[in-house]
Amino acid sequence: MCLAIPGKIIEIAPDNPNSALVDVVGMRRRVDLGLLEDDKPVPGDWVLIHVGFAMSKISEVDALDQMRTLEMLGECEAAVQEVRGYGLEEIEDKAS
Amino acid sequence: MKYVDEFRDPELITRAAEEIRRLADPDRHYRLMEVCGGHTHAIYRFGLKDVLPPNIELIHGPGCPVCVLPMGRIDDALSVAADSDVIFAAFGDMMRVPGTNGSPLEHKARGMDVRIVYSPTDAIKLAKMNPQKHVMFFAIGFETTAPSTALTLQRAKAEGIHNFSIFCNHVTIIPAIRAILDSPDMRLDGFIGPGHVSTVIGCRPYEWIAKNERKPIVVCGFEPLDLLQSIVMLLTQLQKGEAKVENQYRRVVPWEGNRAALKAMAETFQLRPYFEWRGLGFISQSALRIREEYAEWDSEQRFHVPGIRVTDPKAAQCGEVLKGVLKPAQCKLFGKECTPENPVGALMVSSEGSCAAYYNYEHRKANLLTSISASA
Amino acid sequence: MSVGAKLGKPVPKIRFHEPQIEMAHGAGGKASRRLVEGLFAPLLFGASSEPLGDAAHLKINGARMAVTTDSFVVKPIVFPGGSIGELAVNGTVNDLTVSGAKPEALVLTLILEAGLRTDVLQAEIQAIADAAQKAGVRIAGGDTKVVEHGKADGMYITTTGLGAPLPGVEINPQSVRSGDKVLLSGPIGDHGITILLARGDLDMEGDLRSDTRSVFPLVEAVVQAAGPGVRWMRDPTRGGVATSLNELARDCGLGVILFEDSIPVHDAVRGACELLGLDPLHIANEGQFLAVVAPEFADAALNTLREAPGGEEARIIGEIREQPAGSVLVTTLYGGSRIVDMLVGDPLPRIC
Repeated sequence: MCLAIPGKIIEIAPDNPNSALVDVVGMRRRVDLGLLEDDKPVPGDWVLIHVGFAMSKISEVDALDQMRTLEMLGECEAAVQEVRGYGLEEIEDKAS
Repeated sequence: MKYVDEFRDPELITRAAEEIRRLADPDRHYRLMEVCGGHTHAIYRFGLKDVLPPNIELIHGPGCPVCVLPMGRIDDALSVAADSDVIFAAFGDMMRVPGTNGSPLEHKARGMDVRIVYSPTDAIKLAKMNPQKHVMFFAIGFETTAPSTALTLQRAKAEGIHNFSIFCNHVTIIPAIRAILDSPDMRLDGFIGPGHVSTVIGCRPYEWIAKNERKPIVVCGFEPLDLLQSIVMLLTQLQKGEAKVENQYRRVVPWEGNRAALKAMAETFQLRPYFEWRGLGFISQSALRIREEYAEWDSEQRFHVPGIRVTDPKAAQCGEVLKGVLKPAQCKLFGKECTPENPVGALMVSSEGSCAAYYNYEHRKANLLTSISASA
Repeated sequence: MSVGAKLGKPVPKIRFHEPQIEMAHGAGGKASRRLVEGLFAPLLFGASSEPLGDAAHLKINGARMAVTTDSFVVKPIVFPGGSIGELAVNGTVNDLTVSGAKPEALVLTLILEAGLRTDVLQAEIQAIADAAQKAGVRIAGGDTKVVEHGKADGMYITTTGLGAPLPGVEINPQSVRSGDKVLLSGPIGDHGITILLARGDLDMEGDLRSDTRSVFPLVEAVVQAAGPGVRWMRDPTRGGVATSLNELARDCGLGVILFEDSIPVHDAVRGACELLGLDPLHIANEGQFLAVVAPEFADAALNTLREAPGGEEARIIGEIREQPAGSVLVTTLYGGSRIVDMLVGDPLPRIC
């Protein structure tokens, strides 16, 4: 139920707009586009493939956004640690 | 592999694990359930338990469509396929699942025509290639797979393919989650929500979990970083005392779901009044049957189906493991009478089943950890 | 000496209880092991509990020789990168090679299906001749039988190979020690996935070819550079690297730790495995070998391999440790790990 893989649309079948050739790192498979009627993908789009059907288009924007969030994990904490290392609290204490 | 490799980045995984350790309150023991069998499999395959702190307990949920299928349904289908003019077609996942008189593969060894298909449309192709035979496609899966079956039914009707029918065992995820929450033995802090089911049903169907049950639920992807990020999001909610539905798998899951898929399902299926789930008993409105308009392509209408009910052996604790009440290794039969080669229940043979995942990927590690600490 | 003796526990006797033979018994995994060790070994090999290897090294009238046998049942018989004839020669040559012998001669049996086209048969005989010449072995004889249509998938080939044990090489799982390194000659999974795609059931295509070849030149190079340090070798055919290394772990009573990020896999194989839910470690190879080498020889062995034609993608993929005894553990750069077991039966594509 859960095995689904991202693949890139290479071409839509000339005789069947519901059938596309998809590439998964060099492996090519025919995929059915019947579930994406409302938002038809075009060559170059990435889709999620499950049991030979494209289930959803993959949003590059959301993927990049997610990566950015993940890259920032721990960075706030790291920045705080670095600032602590400068000994600035001592100066503040002396000033107040 | 794009959209896969970046979510397996070891550096980012290490960072996410550190963030989890930072967020987890050392005085608290967190019980998070991953509903979906695919998540159970991913957790073990990527060894994620090794990077989580010990006070985060992952409880395996019942989201494995093969595991919750009662043995009687397999017996029913195999009894139809016993007719030599019938080809039994199913996904690879079903092939080793035990029926009372053996699995589909074992029946194949005894002469039944059993074929593995990768897509329900392959089953239609088989029907076209074998006009003298009848192809019965054994359909399983939650809402992830049901739309593909729905489209296949529509195509079979549109193309007038009459030597083809579907034995439908599709089940729905919300009643399963409800059964877990209704279970008196269950104490959970939050849910790692189904990923691919949500591409079809969207995120709204989970709102009652947050509003009425006051449990956070994060719709989650299947790569290691997806799982870890979802745990970060759950811990953050729990820390703030929040309970809401969040979508971690935004790159693939639309909040409103897939309208075309839901439309196809509504056109071809209706809810069964009740359906028996292995280990969870009869649950109302939890499974799909094929509509009257497609009766000709419904194996249960085309053929006499005995309606066999098989109770699990008393010693087998499949139900408790499915509900997360027991861990796989706590079942008395685990690793002894019940192994992947001699499975008593489907949890040991389905690749998503928690018993199989634990047995294959994890249980011998227990020796490793004990011996390391002994020598330290 | 077997695993049980090393761990100080009694050796559990494997008994074969199954009432009939299933496809799983031929897949090279656990079911095959049960059949061989539970049914065949007690009747054929008597009380000896010697671990079974790829080839037997015999002494006859003072002369030492290596002998092996194999059968080739593949569908389709012709596929990208090779055919059944080539597999038959290379497979047998490789079994002799990894047992520590130089392959010298082959005899073969052909079981032909009535209705097989002569031009197809001729192409296979030519393939056998070419592969034998390339591998430097003589075809010394053979036998042919014909069976009814429907009984042989076109043709089945059985081979028996003879070879001369290489001096200074002692292949023995009992000599494996904690700290030894595990070497792999090149990328895995190409053959098995090529066959799966060539069957045409999956509606999938890729630029993949079977990796069938004789590994003797590569093994010879490794033996020259690191002979005294080579403890064990195997060609990971049916059941894949996972099955071969599980057999090793069981035979030597130690643990095999693999570094996931060091295992070479071609992109297309990865893609196919992800699509089908398969693990490359379980997929058959026909042109690769595994070697366990003492640590002081490991770098020399690896460098020699990588400089030899066809060995450029060789890697050290793991090492031997005390634990988990008898099992194979795959570890990742971020500290996750999982046990990898032998195959139960044939790898089945899954959707879940």
